[in-house]
Amino acid sequence: MDTSINIPTMAEMAAKGETPDILFWVGCAGSFDERAQKITRDICKILHHVGINYAILGTEESCTGDPAKRAGNEFLFQMQAMTNIQVLDGYEIKKIVTGCPHCFNTIKNEYPGLGGNYEVIHHSQLIQQLIDEGKLKAEGGESFKGKKITFHDPCYLGRANGVYEAPRKALEILDAELVEMKRCKSNGLCCGAGGAQMFKEPEKGTKDINIERIDEALALQPNIVASSCPFCMTMLSDGVKNFNKEEEVKVLDIAEITVRANGL
Amino acid sequence: MVLQVIFLIITAAAIALFSLNVRKIIRNINLGKDTDRSDRPTERLVTMLKVAFGQSKMVKRPVAAILHLFVYVGFVVINLEVLEIIIDGLFGTHRIFAAPLGGLYNVLIASFEVLAALVLFGVVAFYARRNIIKLKRFTGTEMTKWPRSDANIILIIEVFLMTAFLFMNAADQKLQQLGSSHYILAGSFPVSSFLLPILPDSESALIAIERFCWWFHIVGIFAFLNYLPYSKHFHIIMAFPNTYYSNLEPKGEFSNMASVSNEVKAMLDPAYIPEPVPEGGRFGAKDVSDLTWKNLMDAYTCTECGRCTSVCPANMTGKLLSPRKIMMDTRDRMVEVGNNIDKHGKDHQDGKSLLDSYISREEIWACTTCNACTDACPVNIDPLAIIVELRRYSVMEEAQAPGSLNNMFGNIENNGAPWKYSPANRANWAKI
Repeated sequence: MDTSINIPTMAEMAAKGETPDILFWVGCAGSFDERAQKITRDICKILHHVGINYAILGTEESCTGDPAKRAGNEFLFQMQAMTNIQVLDGYEIKKIVTGCPHCFNTIKNEYPGLGGNYEVIHHSQLIQQLIDEGKLKAEGGESFKGKKITFHDPCYLGRANGVYEAPRKALEILDAELVEMKRCKSNGLCCGAGGAQMFKEPEKGTKDINIERIDEALALQPNIVASSCPFCMTMLSDGVKNFNKEEEVKVLDIAEITVRANGL
Repeated sequence: MVLQVIFLIITAAAIALFSLNVRKIIRNINLGKDTDRSDRPTERLVTMLKVAFGQSKMVKRPVAAILHLFVYVGFVVINLEVLEIIIDGLFGTHRIFAAPLGGLYNVLIASFEVLAALVLFGVVAFYARRNIIKLKRFTGTEMTKWPRSDANIILIIEVFLMTAFLFMNAADQKLQQLGSSHYILAGSFPVSSFLLPILPDSESALIAIERFCWWFHIVGIFAFLNYLPYSKHFHIIMAFPNTYYSNLEPKGEFSNMASVSNEVKAMLDPAYIPEPVPEGGRFGAKDVSDLTWKNLMDAYTCTECGRCTSVCPANMTGKLLSPRKIMMDTRDRMVEVGNNIDKHGKDHQDGKSLLDSYISREEIWACTTCNACTDACPVNIDPLAIIVELRRYSVMEEAQAPGSLNNMFGNIENNGAPWKYSPANRANWAKI
């Protein structure tokens, strides 16, 4: 990563008496998972590139409680949520961009009922806004011309919150060949990680869900399977590896694609 | 006169029996806990008109949608005829609407006939899809003998009702042509005219056929009405209230449990005075009475079409979970609890529960909460809400989650992340 980018934390900003325009909520996967960390840095590159005044919580960030809630542990979820709300309100946060559809869904939909009211967007929506405003283009970097890309809808972005077009916007400006899987948008098939499945072995069955999904994606013979969720990233990458296709087919987050297209 | 009295008795009995069963169903739905769905009435009405009346979610499967539309429109519209039949039956009149409606009457009868033919076509196609083509959607572990018979019984009853209706009209038409005294010239019969050649020529035989079909048609409708409360076909009524009370929040939003909020707030702030929460009960759901009335209404609305199960990622990869089974089990258990109340009184315990006696742990833990099932349901049923309540009970009342999930809980509690990483390293990605 370009070491010239300094990623400010809320604590540093507050010490200087500054307030950022937006808080970048990184999420646990984006913070700790090696593959997702790369996406996190790419989101920062985009924020930096367009000159948005942002900050992260750094070590003050904690799990939103999403996996606990989906698994039925409402106590743990609310403990996390209320603690996080205290931190967010302490810094008078108004606007949040998340790098994960699960964090996005939880903070946007479930925190208000517990007293945490923020304007929450997912990074795909931020990219869409920046493109619409003309602040972000696809120039100066890698060309995707002629590349075949298919987008996998994360459940908690798509069906859960009706965000289907934002991530596609980042792909539409590439001059690439976009192909849809039969099960896309509201019919999209889960990668298999949702509902806390990410943290457990699947129940006995005939097939793993990510294999079912990547089977469908590979049938289109894409160069890139795009997504915008760190859990989907893990499941889809594992699926591609399972078919020994990791050389031909790349699984990329739309933030990574945006960074590449702009040579950031 | 005797016939009019018999008709009155049958009509009254049919309506009384149906009301009794509906009251029982309302009682059963009210076994559920309270949940507020009285907000946003306009949006609710629009949802109902769009989804139930307008069948908007059926179109995802166009063939089924068209066939279903034939049967749906046919049944709703032809039932206008029932009004005339009831009046005729009570007052001994014949085709009472013919004179006041004039030319419009002919148009109506003609359109009923066309619709009856379309219903027959749709119903036969449905029967073939289930029994000859054997669509995968109509199979599955939960589709045992009764659900499969139920589906076929409904289709067969509809064939009988429509056939009786068309033969009644055909005989009437022939009697009109013969100038039979009671049979006034009324109606236009584009479909039943084709049946004329197979009818006898004698007036008495024709009257017998016409009367038999008339009685069969109306008694059949009353019988069908009283079959509904026992059948998946009850969806023709429940679809309307159920879509009115739809979940209008984003699908990703799970309810926040107020009872938990109180305890968590008290834990975080010792000075916090808990707000009164209506009736504690248990956390999550073990049995139907722990679910909300809307969950239970969902169960009575389910017509077992299997769209949910056919799009469920767990089910399509061979796991035990089937969202349709969740709904059918909930209804079966609710009916069982209701029958227990009728037989043994309100507080009877039969030692069974929805979780474990009907729905297994393996099923509830296979769910990815992806919302494909709720999106696919043409009448906005939410199987996911029930699965989450069962998980809540399992985790919060019994501490019985799969081991790896308990590890995940421990990690969140101790490290603020679902994995075993130190919170101090959370921003290390920014330092590379």
